[in-house]
Amino acid sequence: MTPATIKSQSLANPAEHASDRSSGRLAMLSLSLRALRAGPFLILLVLALILSLTVPVFMTGRNLGNVLAQTAVIAVVAMGQHLVILTRGIDLSVGSNLALASVFGALVYKVADSSPLVMLVMVVAGALVGAVNGLVYVFGRLPHPFIITLATLSIAKGLALQFADGRALPGMPEGIAFIGHESIGWLPVSAFIVAAVALILVALTRFMVWGNWAYALGGNPEAARRTGIPVRGMLVSVYVISGLTAGIGAVILAGRTNAGSPLFGNLLELDTIAAVIIGGASFLGGRGHLGHALVGALMIGVIRNALNLLNVGIFLQLIVIGIVIVIAVQADVLRNSLEERFRVLQAAKTQ
Amino acid sequence: MNGKGHMQGGSTAPVLKVSGATKRFGSILALNDVSLEVRRGEILALLGDNGAGKSTLIKCISGVHALDSGEIALDGVPTLIRSPADARALGIETVYQDLALFDNLPAAENFYAGRELSFPAWLPRPLRLLRHGEMDRATRELLARLRVSLRSHDVALGLLSGGQRQAIAVARAAAFARKLVILDEPTAALGLRESRQVLDLIRLLRDEGNAVVLITHNMEHVIELADRAFVMRQGRRVGELRPQKENQQEIVAMIIGAERAA
Repeated sequence: MTPATIKSQSLANPAEHASDRSSGRLAMLSLSLRALRAGPFLILLVLALILSLTVPVFMTGRNLGNVLAQTAVIAVVAMGQHLVILTRGIDLSVGSNLALASVFGALVYKVADSSPLVMLVMVVAGALVGAVNGLVYVFGRLPHPFIITLATLSIAKGLALQFADGRALPGMPEGIAFIGHESIGWLPVSAFIVAAVALILVALTRFMVWGNWAYALGGNPEAARRTGIPVRGMLVSVYVISGLTAGIGAVILAGRTNAGSPLFGNLLELDTIAAVIIGGASFLGGRGHLGHALVGALMIGVIRNALNLLNVGIFLQLIVIGIVIVIAVQADVLRNSLEERFRVLQAAKTQ
Repeated sequence: MNGKGHMQGGSTAPVLKVSGATKRFGSILALNDVSLEVRRGEILALLGDNGAGKSTLIKCISGVHALDSGEIALDGVPTLIRSPADARALGIETVYQDLALFDNLPAAENFYAGRELSFPAWLPRPLRLLRHGEMDRATRELLARLRVSLRSHDVALGLLSGGQRQAIAVARAAAFARKLVILDEPTAALGLRESRQVLDLIRLLRDEGNAVVLITHNMEHVIELADRAFVMRQGRRVGELRPQKENQQEIVAMIIGAERAA
């Protein structure tokens, strides 16, 4: 017997034990990965459960309707933001974009009291700002959309203040006020708008070629280019959709307040990015679905509502939301490193 | 089966014929008047040290770079390949060293990325509905035929081992190639058993009538698989021969340019 064969025989048994142990660890890893994936939804449920037990007002239809109405704007715009983050980007301009759209809507209302027209103006204005973001990002060959959307944040805000002369412009057509104010039972009409937008975007991302391309682009932009996916067109369309959702958000908010205002949408970029990340989509792109944005938006809404019910001031609310973001990002990092270990173990097992 | 002897003289027109290919990057002459032919059912090993021009040559064939001068003919027809999408549409599939896989997506989505099966035809492409079921089924069948086994077909590729990912990249090329498959160091990062599986796949590609261009540094693989070895150095062709155990030293000498000293 040569030394080499002796060595390999003596290794045979420990190797078997090791493979047993590694299957155990694989199962553990697989379990914790699954828990992390379901995490945001579970946390939302637990949060709701705790609140319904400790704060009796929370579980009333009236309060839940309130939460939904207050979350509607964040939810709609967060869905657009989700598509942007999915393709490795960021849209900082959504808040100012919403403000500008609402101001345009209010200005048009002064000359024409027509709900469809005012709505159209707001939505198109939002899409236009989105188109500027996308076109400059792609054709200006910017390394990242951060700068251009930061610039349009400033430009749109400035334009909104300019056009509205720095003040809120009161008055909205009846149809828009209906969307913002009314409810069917305890379900606010705006919740139906959120659902409709979600349905359209689910169709686009799950069932249409566009969705496959968006995920491919987010997963590996260079490979997407090589496989012939029209990367530039895709990116422009993503920012247009993000702008569109800001326009729809403007309709809801203008309806709720019965006004257009250059001061709308302050820190909306923070809320929507937070919603996407808290909901569990990856900041690195290519992963996550619309449900994540919706769960994240609801989580923010529920946390704010709870803090309000508990008489916690607005300053502390900002701090709490910030801490939740840090935890969510850490969960994403943890998930990535668990997946890395999962792959190593998996590879060791198949060798 | 070792499959040598697929080279049956020049009876069929070469699938790929490159003539006088020249490419400059600034002052560097990356390709200098290179001509090459590959036939159906043939594996051509493209050899050369780092910087010899192999990668530039295959990038010109697969549409990543354009030639400064020279001509590429497919099945005897001079063809302009302007983009990777062009090359794919013409039946040329490339497996890049970095695999170009989508780690966030499962196998079927990777196979069909950029060429999804969808309907109805009158809609603009991005808005067409995906035929998920059909794509899943075809992917499963192909992977079974190529004996690539996956624990689950729904799992994202990022969770698979290096060998499985490489096998999927090669299988993807196998699924869509109609003329030519180019493989850039397909076994570089793999263990022995995984390399074996990929080599078997390459053989299968050849047996199905594709022309295969294989870039590798592994001389044993060259001798085992390749019908011809095409050696490049400093952007030029320095020789071409039938790789055998006996002339391995000769090939290595050609690659590193040692025959001058000999």
